[in-house]
Amino acid sequence: MANISTNEFKGGVKIMLDGEPCNILENEYVKPGKGQAFNRVKLKKLISGKTLEKTFKSGESFEAADVMDMELSYLYTDGEFWHFMNNESFEQIAADDKAVGDSVKWLVENDSCTITLWNGTPIVVTPPNFVELEITETDPGLKGDTAGTGGKPATLTTGAVVRVPLFVQTGEVVKVDTRSGEYASRAQK
Amino acid sequence: MKHEPRPCWQPTADVATLKQRAAIIANIRQFFAERDVWEVETPSLSNATVSDFHMRVFDTQFADPMSPQQRTLYLQTSPEYAMKRLLCAGSGAIFQLAKAFRNEEAGKHHNPEFTMLEWYRPGFDHNQLMDELDELMQSVVGCLPAQRMSYQDAFIKYLDIDPLSASLAVLKAKGCELGYEHICRDEQDKDTILQLLFSHEVEPNLANRCPCFIFDFPASQAALARISLQDERVAERFELYYEGLELANGFHELANAPEQRQRFERDNQQRKSAGLSTVPIDEFFLDALDAGLPDCSGVAVGVDRLVMLALGKSDIRHVLAFNYQNA
Repeated sequence: MANISTNEFKGGVKIMLDGEPCNILENEYVKPGKGQAFNRVKLKKLISGKTLEKTFKSGESFEAADVMDMELSYLYTDGEFWHFMNNESFEQIAADDKAVGDSVKWLVENDSCTITLWNGTPIVVTPPNFVELEITETDPGLKGDTAGTGGKPATLTTGAVVRVPLFVQTGEVVKVDTRSGEYASRAQK
Repeated sequence: MKHEPRPCWQPTADVATLKQRAAIIANIRQFFAERDVWEVETPSLSNATVSDFHMRVFDTQFADPMSPQQRTLYLQTSPEYAMKRLLCAGSGAIFQLAKAFRNEEAGKHHNPEFTMLEWYRPGFDHNQLMDELDELMQSVVGCLPAQRMSYQDAFIKYLDIDPLSASLAVLKAKGCELGYEHICRDEQDKDTILQLLFSHEVEPNLANRCPCFIFDFPASQAALARISLQDERVAERFELYYEGLELANGFHELANAPEQRQRFERDNQQRKSAGLSTVPIDEFFLDALDAGLPDCSGVAVGVDRLVMLALGKSDIRHVLAFNYQNA
């Protein structure tokens, strides 16, 4: 892969740091009037998801990370791998539990997910911002309740547990924001 | 990544800010007029340039109508050499407001072309010049009186380490401990680690309520300052900091021509070993020192940063009519 110098660091550029692909978030130039120039860089480690700040000497270069994002449809899991398909080429890719991580509770068949590949292997699975899932279990709510009283826990088909308003019942489909894990609305029929 | 507006024809600073900037610059001129320091103008283009290892210089080709050969001319990074030649020629106290140019420098506190205020005071040592800069800051920016701390005390206070006696191994260990193992584990140059620790770990603690002078920098970072007669480990150099900005750099000026030549040659040696091109030594400047520079101190102040402070702006482009991206 090509080398990337600190002067090419900008949002979205991917480099290898300590053996792990990282995404550059911010890059600030720091230079004393007399002396060495530095770049103070905010980056996100793609595998662990950790955000960190690192300082480099200006002009230092790093190996580019062979990282790309693909939009793929979720098909099914065989218990060990989660299978996704490219809707245009019908090519299938399998992600392991490390790549799927916490996203497992938001995977809905046929939903389009972002799969981040490093050297061709899936390392991160990002679900859509909103998913619709059916409630499999929740306590019957009190009559006359409107939204905003704190709600009650509801278990969804994937096993995810979200807080829903008291009027929402078992068997209904709800829309959930996967970034916050919060109930958004009842699904449109 | 923070959203940056796309460059367009409009000024990067608003017109009201530019008018306030003009008033600040008028106040600076008034400040020196009251003190009988006269304004000079020296060239932006010169035949020789600065040797500082960390400075990248713009150059251009002069097509001389009286010569078949093109000649390289350099855009000045500060008017220092030319102003000292005037001092050697008997100018007395002088100041200049000039454009300075530094390649490879751009950011929220840097523009590759910027305005520098530089002045020289024959008969002043660096302490007296700090006093005068302090007065300028109070009268032009409206700051409280500045604090003063030596470079050594600042390191001891904030990092519990003596920058003048610490070994390379100790500095490396400190750098690694503070999360800079990436730079420090293989670094062989003490000054690089000192500059890293100073800019990232000491400076953010300084000068949040009033400006702060840091003085007596390590002799290895003397630039064009004299080495102290009391302690040869330090140079009579100071910097001024306020609200996260480095505002000024001043020296009790080195007047010894052979020592100055040695420093230039050492810089070129350092350039060579790092694979950089060497720079021509400014022989006019050395000849002038040889003829005699009066005992004096001088300081350079970043005017754009001064205006940022006075007007509460956080990005240099908001005090420039046009920053480098839409110049």
